[in-house]
Amino acid sequence: MSTNPEPNSPPSPAPSPAPNPAPPPILSVRDLRVRIGQSSILQGVGFDVAPTGTTALLGRNGVGKTTTVRAVLGLLPEEGEVTGGTVRLDGEDVTGHRTHTVVRRGVGYVPEDRGVFGSLTVAENLTLAERAGGPHHYDLVHDLFPELKARRAQRAGTLSGGQQQMVALARALLNDNRLVIVDEPTKGLAPRVVTEVAEVLQRAAERVPVLLVEQNLAVVRRLARDAVVLDAGRTVHTGDAAALLADRERTTSLLGVGRHERPERSGQQAGERPGEREQREHATKETT
Amino acid sequence: MTASPASSAARSAAPPSSGERPATTTGPAGPAGPAGPAARSARRWRGPAAPVAVLAALALLPYSALEIPVLLDGPVNSPGSLQLLALCLVFGGLALGYDLMFGRTGLLSFGHALYVAGGAYGTQLAMTELGLGLLPAIGLALAGGTAAAVLLGAVSLRGLALGGIGFAMVTLAFAQAGSIWVQRNPGGLTGGEEGLPLHTGAVPDALVGVQNTANVYWLALAYLALTAAVVWTAVSRPVGRVWQGIRDNEQRVSVLGYDPFRHKLGVFVLASALGVLGGAMHLLVTAGATPRSSTPEFTLTLLVMVVLGGSGTRWGPLIGGVLFTFLDQRLAVLASSDLVHGLPGILRAPLSEPMVVLGTLFVIAVYAAPGGIASIRRSLTWRRGEEAR
Amino acid sequence: MSTLVLLTLTGLGLGALYFLIASGLALIFGLMDVLNFAHGAFLTVSAYAAWRTAETVGGTGGLALAALVGTATGALLAIVVELVLIRRLYGRPREQILVTVGLSLAVPALVQAVWGADSRPFPVPDALSGTVGVLGAQVPVSRFVLIAAALLVLAAVNLFLSRTRYGLIVRAGVEDRAMVTALGIDVTRAFTLVFAIGGALAGLAGVLGGLYFGSLSPHQGTSLLVFAFVVVVIGGMGSIPGVALSALAVGLVQQYANYYVDGYGDFAVVVLLAAVVLARPAPRLAGGVA
Repeated sequence: MSTNPEPNSPPSPAPSPAPNPAPPPILSVRDLRVRIGQSSILQGVGFDVAPTGTTALLGRNGVGKTTTVRAVLGLLPEEGEVTGGTVRLDGEDVTGHRTHTVVRRGVGYVPEDRGVFGSLTVAENLTLAERAGGPHHYDLVHDLFPELKARRAQRAGTLSGGQQQMVALARALLNDNRLVIVDEPTKGLAPRVVTEVAEVLQRAAERVPVLLVEQNLAVVRRLARDAVVLDAGRTVHTGDAAALLADRERTTSLLGVGRHERPERSGQQAGERPGEREQREHATKETT
Repeated sequence: MTASPASSAARSAAPPSSGERPATTTGPAGPAGPAGPAARSARRWRGPAAPVAVLAALALLPYSALEIPVLLDGPVNSPGSLQLLALCLVFGGLALGYDLMFGRTGLLSFGHALYVAGGAYGTQLAMTELGLGLLPAIGLALAGGTAAAVLLGAVSLRGLALGGIGFAMVTLAFAQAGSIWVQRNPGGLTGGEEGLPLHTGAVPDALVGVQNTANVYWLALAYLALTAAVVWTAVSRPVGRVWQGIRDNEQRVSVLGYDPFRHKLGVFVLASALGVLGGAMHLLVTAGATPRSSTPEFTLTLLVMVVLGGSGTRWGPLIGGVLFTFLDQRLAVLASSDLVHGLPGILRAPLSEPMVVLGTLFVIAVYAAPGGIASIRRSLTWRRGEEAR
Repeated sequence: MSTLVLLTLTGLGLGALYFLIASGLALIFGLMDVLNFAHGAFLTVSAYAAWRTAETVGGTGGLALAALVGTATGALLAIVVELVLIRRLYGRPREQILVTVGLSLAVPALVQAVWGADSRPFPVPDALSGTVGVLGAQVPVSRFVLIAAALLVLAAVNLFLSRTRYGLIVRAGVEDRAMVTALGIDVTRAFTLVFAIGGALAGLAGVLGGLYFGSLSPHQGTSLLVFAFVVVVIGGMGSIPGVALSALAVGLVQQYANYYVDGYGDFAVVVLLAAVVLARPAPRLAGGVA
């Protein structure tokens, strides 16, 4: 885990203000390679996240999207390690840094499984997320999620899947962040809740750049300005999100889905109410 | 509702491949071993040549009058030296059997002492209380110990619902109950703290008395050879591959259609049976059953031996058991020597208890040589990729 | 009736002792996945430190000071072990267990080398050596001291877990350690803290164990540790209320069975453990495909 920058790592953008019209990226990943156990999961992932708006990280299941996010945060499983490449956050090299030091530089993170502490109350989940030395935007959080204010004393484990996703998003938006990383926020949620989450992410992206891993292309279409596509552990496409989604042939070849299709879903999510599954299946039928 | 504590517990109890490169560890149905000239030299080591040579050398020791000044008090074939060496061999076998569970299958049992003590006390009591001869007594102890292992093993493996730690704790609790029973001396049966002196009346004359120490030594060697044969044969069979699969990735094993529970119970019973037999040998070599053999510390020392030698390897546990026992015994002699008594207090105190030295050595070894002695030897003498299992 | 009262209070006292040891074990295991075999060594060393203090100072004041010294010794020892030994093996739980196993063998042996293998009488001040009449039973005062101490510790640990930020971190970390670090929290500081708390409680248990048994010996810690492990397994790893209830049950069962089934208290505990383990749902995958 302690792979430090090598002297011959790819040249980084000059820190001095360049006359270049494109502002320097907030997150810059170069040739990232990750091995977990004996398998090479990432074999050269590179992309930039612009300092404003939403960048979508796309690709079929199992191409390494979540691994990329976790490698950026230093959150790989025990048997995993970064074997090459660099990760720069706002120009600073954070490759192989320990998770909490990366996060303290101003990263909010909503993991794929939401990572809500079920035995803690909603309020405790938020308190835990408060980072020292910065303002805590409870006003924003309560404005975005009025329901959480009402349920502040409730144990997070008893919330519905959608409500848990609200807690997870609220934790990421509570602090002044330079980047928010959201991994599959709409997975397993009812269509109504998906819309809510997308609205929240849209408002969040007005304040802070968002790196969004998402399978729901309707959500990507609505939110993302830039798109990065991974396949088999490599970056295979970067560019404008709308242009990518408009190119049906490309979408099919890169993402394995027609542009009106929604990708295959995994099974019922923990915390999801039974009704939600039916709604979701119903919705899937509609959109297909 | 995350399963994090339980799953990490399972992780923590499953010893990793201990120096063997996982790339060469194949699944239950996988092909065997590396290829090329490297493999040939490894196979020679794996084949019968080396064990037979070692066995022959060990068998000839009682004919050697060699004096080894610091290591042994008398010549090699003196009764004192032979008894010490016999004890080392018994522990080499015990460690090898214990490693079937720990290093080969990834089961961390803290209750192995129960079966060793069961073998020692069971054999002794079958001779004194039932009037059996030595061999039938050992047979009865073995049968009883195996039956107990089936029952207690099944219960202990249910503890795995709590992760690997659950199994460790339940086995520990059973062994502790046995240990307390032995030390409580119920009905004067076990001799309590004093233990029991070997009932020589039922033992063949050839195994009794100082003049027959060489015979006891050969018996201990036979036990070690038997254990090694059983362990090495078992792990090279398909069943051994399943054990290894359970150690590396239990889920994959069950997906392949093997029943992990039955295989774990099987390895538990086999290791316990070898432990019972080792207990009987311990009884004969030390001419008595001691309550120390029933304590949790006894199991912990087996664990230390295995890790020191190199868990999951062919020779590691054996070497670890022999070396640890030798050091333990010699350090105890050193502790009571004038040399140590002449030292200032700060040095005398730690040296007067072998376990202080050995425990510290073990802690250092965990950092310095995670794969145990076997890995050091391997990295010194073999190129990578030639590791023998 | 008076026998039952005496047995119950004695069992509660023993349960209190188990709770002090097991709560630290459960916190350490819950947060860090470290099965701390050195816990018994913390207890033993603390007990001897307390014994030296109590012998030197004497009286009730001496015992109070001894309790302080014992608790501090346990905490200090635990902090050193965590910082020097455990921390380097972060992410390698197996090696962490092995290191604590090594300590559990070496430390009691060292204590034995310094103070001898025989058990020593623990000086119990006059104020605590008497008995109190409860419903016709003459109950030693020390039992009440133990029960009171355990209740205080239970309350304090609960306050710590529910009211402090570090308590919050510990509770969250027991559930999902990685997510705690993903919120920008340095969880290793919580590790040291939890080890220190566990060590302090083990130290206190060493002192109170001396009071309860009236003696101390180098291997006392190890044998108490085994029952503490049983308590943790029955009570559930990482749950303090569960551990408290389980300590109570184990202490009482042991005492009742010791009296009514002729000294078979330890077996009763093991039977209880087996029953609890068997009553738990079977591991999901163990059945396999077969």
